[in-house]
Amino acid sequence: MAHHDHAHADHAHDEHHGPEKGIMRWIKTTNHKDLGTLYLFFSFTMFFIGGLMSLVIRAELFHPGLQFVDPEFFNQMTTMHALVMIFGGVMPGFVGLANWMVPMMIGCSDLALPRINNWGFWLLPFAFTMLLSTLFMPGGAPAGGWTMYPPLVLQTGNAFPFLIFAVHLMGISSITGAINVAVTILNMRAPGMTLLKMPLFVWTWLITAYLLIAVMPVLAGAVTMLLTDKYFGTSFFTASGGGDPVMFQHIFWFFGHPEVYIMILPSFGIVSTIIPTFARKQLFGYDSMVYATASIAFLSFIVWAHHMFTVGMPLAGELFFMFATMLIAVPTGVKVFNWVATMWKGSMTFETPMLFAIAFVFLFSIGGFSGLMLALTPVDFQYHDTYFVVAHFHYVLVPGAVFSIIAAVYYWIPKWTGRMYNEQWGKIHFWLSAIFINVTFFPQHFAGLAGMQRRVPDYAVQFVDWNIWSSIGAFGFFVTQFIFIFNMLASCYGWFGRKQNLPDRVWEGAHGLEWTVASPAPYHTFEDPPHIGEHDHELTAVHDEVDALDKHKLS
Amino acid sequence: MKKGWLARIAAGTSLALAAASAWAYTETSGGYNLPTGATEIAKEVHGLHMAVFWVCVAIALVVFGAMFYSIYAHRRSKGHKPADFHESTTVEIIWTSIPFVILIGLAIPAAGTLIKMEDTRNADMTVKVTGYQWKWQYEYLGEDVSFFSTLAADSNKARQLGSGIDPKSVPNYLVDVDNALVLPVGKKVRFLITSNDVIHAWWVSELAVKKDAIPGYINETWTKIDKPGTYRGVCAELCGRDHGFMPIVVKALPEAEYQAWLAQQKGGAAAPAAAPAPAAAAPALVELAAGPATTATDAAPIQLAAATPAAAAPAATKDLSREELLKKGETVYNANCAACHQATGKGLPPNFPSLVGSPYIKGPALAHVKHTLNGAGLMPPFKHLSDLDIAAVVSYERSSWGNKSDIVQPAAVAAARK
Repeated sequence: MAHHDHAHADHAHDEHHGPEKGIMRWIKTTNHKDLGTLYLFFSFTMFFIGGLMSLVIRAELFHPGLQFVDPEFFNQMTTMHALVMIFGGVMPGFVGLANWMVPMMIGCSDLALPRINNWGFWLLPFAFTMLLSTLFMPGGAPAGGWTMYPPLVLQTGNAFPFLIFAVHLMGISSITGAINVAVTILNMRAPGMTLLKMPLFVWTWLITAYLLIAVMPVLAGAVTMLLTDKYFGTSFFTASGGGDPVMFQHIFWFFGHPEVYIMILPSFGIVSTIIPTFARKQLFGYDSMVYATASIAFLSFIVWAHHMFTVGMPLAGELFFMFATMLIAVPTGVKVFNWVATMWKGSMTFETPMLFAIAFVFLFSIGGFSGLMLALTPVDFQYHDTYFVVAHFHYVLVPGAVFSIIAAVYYWIPKWTGRMYNEQWGKIHFWLSAIFINVTFFPQHFAGLAGMQRRVPDYAVQFVDWNIWSSIGAFGFFVTQFIFIFNMLASCYGWFGRKQNLPDRVWEGAHGLEWTVASPAPYHTFEDPPHIGEHDHELTAVHDEVDALDKHKLS
Repeated sequence: MKKGWLARIAAGTSLALAAASAWAYTETSGGYNLPTGATEIAKEVHGLHMAVFWVCVAIALVVFGAMFYSIYAHRRSKGHKPADFHESTTVEIIWTSIPFVILIGLAIPAAGTLIKMEDTRNADMTVKVTGYQWKWQYEYLGEDVSFFSTLAADSNKARQLGSGIDPKSVPNYLVDVDNALVLPVGKKVRFLITSNDVIHAWWVSELAVKKDAIPGYINETWTKIDKPGTYRGVCAELCGRDHGFMPIVVKALPEAEYQAWLAQQKGGAAAPAAAPAPAAAAPALVELAAGPATTATDAAPIQLAAATPAAAAPAATKDLSREELLKKGETVYNANCAACHQATGKGLPPNFPSLVGSPYIKGPALAHVKHTLNGAGLMPPFKHLSDLDIAAVVSYERSSWGNKSDIVQPAAVAAARK
C-alpha cells in the first residue's frame, strides 16, 4: 500500500530496508506489517467467498421445496461455508491483526521468525485454491460437514484427498503463526513491558497461540487417519474393520472445542482494548481478565464431548461434561461483568469501533446464554443438531468474532494507513449490520426449538416464516459489508481525498505503544526498543497504576 | 445497539404472531418453542428448558440493564467525567460466586432428569431402529415384525428439484412416512438404535428422544408415551444427500389397538416395504390395490394402519406382463432408487453411478438382480424388497432411459436369492 512509501520517506534511517517495488514485495516480504496486511486481505476475500456460499444456502432455504440447488450441492455449500469461514476467514483475520499489532504493542521491531511468517501466510492461498478447486471436480466438493465425521466423509469422491491436504496446510499455517506469536511475546517485549503490563490483546493471543499449538496437530492426526482409512486399508474409524467411528468425534472435538476459543479469545482482547479507549477509563479487573482467559483456555480441553452428547456416552461421562461445560459460564461471565464495569461511570463516546465492541458484548452474551442452555445435557438432546445450535454458534462467531475483527480494523486502520475512515458511513455500516445480523440469526432459535434440524436443504412448512426472515437478514448483511470494504479501501488508497494528517495518538483515550509511533506506522517500528519506566503509564494496559497509588495516599 | 435490540423484538413479535401454528406438525407446540411433549420425561425436559431460559433472561436484564444505563448516563456528550476505579477483588469474588451458585441450582435438576433418561431398565418391549441412507428400519424384537419406513410418496414427489408442486399443498410435507412406527401408550418402550451405513440420529422431539444411530454401535434409549397421537420427527445427524428426507412418524395407540395392529402385522409377515402398504383406512376395509398407497396421515381418529397381507401375497411366482412390471417398477424405483440414481437414471457420479448404459444393465439379468439384492460399496442391500418389487424395478431399469435389455420375472429373483 502506498502509505508505506510515505512512511519510508519520513524515516531516513530506514532507507536500506524499504519494501521492494511491485508484486515481489508481497511475495518475498518478511515484514510483519506487510504480512498483517496480506492476512487481512486474504481473510476478507474468504469472508466474501464464504458469504456467497451462505447466500446459496439462504436462497434455497427462503422457501420450502427445492428451487435452486440439488441437495448434494447444498451439503457442499454448508460444508465449504464452514471450512472457508473458520480456516480462511476468522483465523487468518486474527493472525493478521496479531501480525500488525503484537510487535507494535510490546515494542519490538518484528515477529521473532519473519521468514516462517512469510511461509505461514503463503501456504494459505495454496490451501484454499486446493479446497475451492474441489467445487469444480466431478462429484463436487466435500459434502459431509466441516466436522468430517466418518463414515459419511469417506463417501466423498475425488475431493477427499484435496480436503485432507488442504486441512493439513491450514494447520501448518496456523501452527507457524502461533509459534511465531508465542515466541515473540515471550522473548521480545521491550524492557519494562512485564507480562502483567501487556495489552490484553497480546495476552489473549499468547493464550490462543498455546491452544493452537496444542490442538492443530490433533486435527492433523485425525484427518490423516481418515486418509489412511480411505486409501490405505486401515480401519481407525470403520466399525466393520474393528475401528470406532465415535473415536473420530472425540479426537475431532478435542481439537474442535479449543478451536472455538481460538476464534473468540483474540476478540476478548480486542474488545478489552477498545472499550477502555472510548470509555476513557482503564479496563476494570485487568488481572481477573487474564486469569479468566487462562481459565477458559484450560476448561476448553475438558469439555469437548458436549458436542456429542447424543452418541450414547456412559451416564458418568455425560454428567462430567455437563458440569465442566457449565463451569465455562463463570469466567466468561466475569469478562462480561468487567466490560460493563469498565463502561460504568466512564465518559463514553460512540465511534464505530466502540459501537461494534458494545454490540459484541451484547450479542456475544446472547450466544453465551444459549450456550448455557446447550450445556444442560437433557435439554441438549433436544437442541442438538438443530437450528438452535446454528443460531448459538453464529451469535458467538458473527456478532462475536467477526464483529470484533471489524471493530479492530476500524480502530487501527487510522494507525495503519494514516487516514481516518468515514465515521458516518461507519455508523451506517454498524446499524445495518447490527439489525441484519439479528434478523438473520434470531429467528433460527425459534426454528430450531420447534424442530428444524441442521444441514437440510428443505423443511416442513411450519418453519417457513422463520426462514424467510433469516434469508432476508443474510442478504442484507452481506450487501451491507461492502460499505465497510469501500470505507477501509478508501483509507488504504487515499480515495475521496482522504489525507494522511492524523496525530500519533489517533484516539484521545487510547493507551499503548502503538500510539507512540507515527500515523501511518512506519515500515519499521521500534528498531530500538522503547523503555517502559514505572511512570510511563500511558504506554501500557495497566496505565494508571501510579494514579491509583497516589489516590491511596490521598485517602 | 439499542436499535438492534428493538429490531429484534419487533422481528421476534411479528414472527411469533405469524408463527405457523396452522402448519405446526407437532401436537404439543405452537411452532416456536420446544414442544411440551407427550411423555413425562419430555415434560421435564421442557420444564428445564424454560427454567434455564428464564434464568438467562433474568441475568440478561441485570447485565444489559446496567450496560444500557451506563451507555445512557455515562456519556461524554452529557458531560460525564470518567471515574478512575479499575479493580476490586471483592466485586470479582462476588460476581464469580453468584453465577457459580446459579449453576449449581441448574445442574442438580438437570442431572436428575438425565439419570432418569438414561435408565433403560425394566422395559415392556424393545424396538430396534436401524438407520439407512435414507430410511429407517423398525424391528419389534421378539415379535417377528419388521419393516422399513421411508418418506411419504407425495412429499417425495414434491421435494424434487423443480417439481412445481407447492409444499404447502402436501399434507405434512417432509414429516410423513409410508410406514409409521406404531407403539402402545403407557408402556416403557426400549429402543436399540444402530445404523447400516453412516451415522444418523433418531429424533422425535415430543418424546424428547434423540440418539445417534452409529454403525458398529447399538445405542439404548427409551420412552413411555402418555397419550395416543401421531408424533413426528426427523433424522438429526447429517447423513448425506437426503439427510433432510428421512422423517420419523410414531403413532401411539391404546394398548388394545396396538395389539390388534401387531397381530395383523404378523398375519402378513412378508415385509410391506416397497409398495408402501399401510393406509389410513378403516381396519376392516383394507383392500389395498397395488397402486400408490395413501400415507399414514394423522387422520383425526387414529386408525389402524393395517398392513397388507393382500399386497405381498399374490404374484410371488406368477409371471407378469411387461407393462405391469414396468408400471410397478417405476413406483418401486422412485421410492427406493431415485434418491441416488435420480429419476433420470443418470445418477450423481462418481458416488452414485449412472444407470444409463451401465455394465450391470447391459450385462446378464442375474448379475443385475444379485447386485440389487446384495448391494455393493455405497449401495445398501435391498433384500427386504419382495421378489415382485425387485423384478419390477430391475425390469424398469433395464427398459428405461434408452436401456434396451431384457426384463426379469419374480421367479428369477426368487431363484437368485438362493
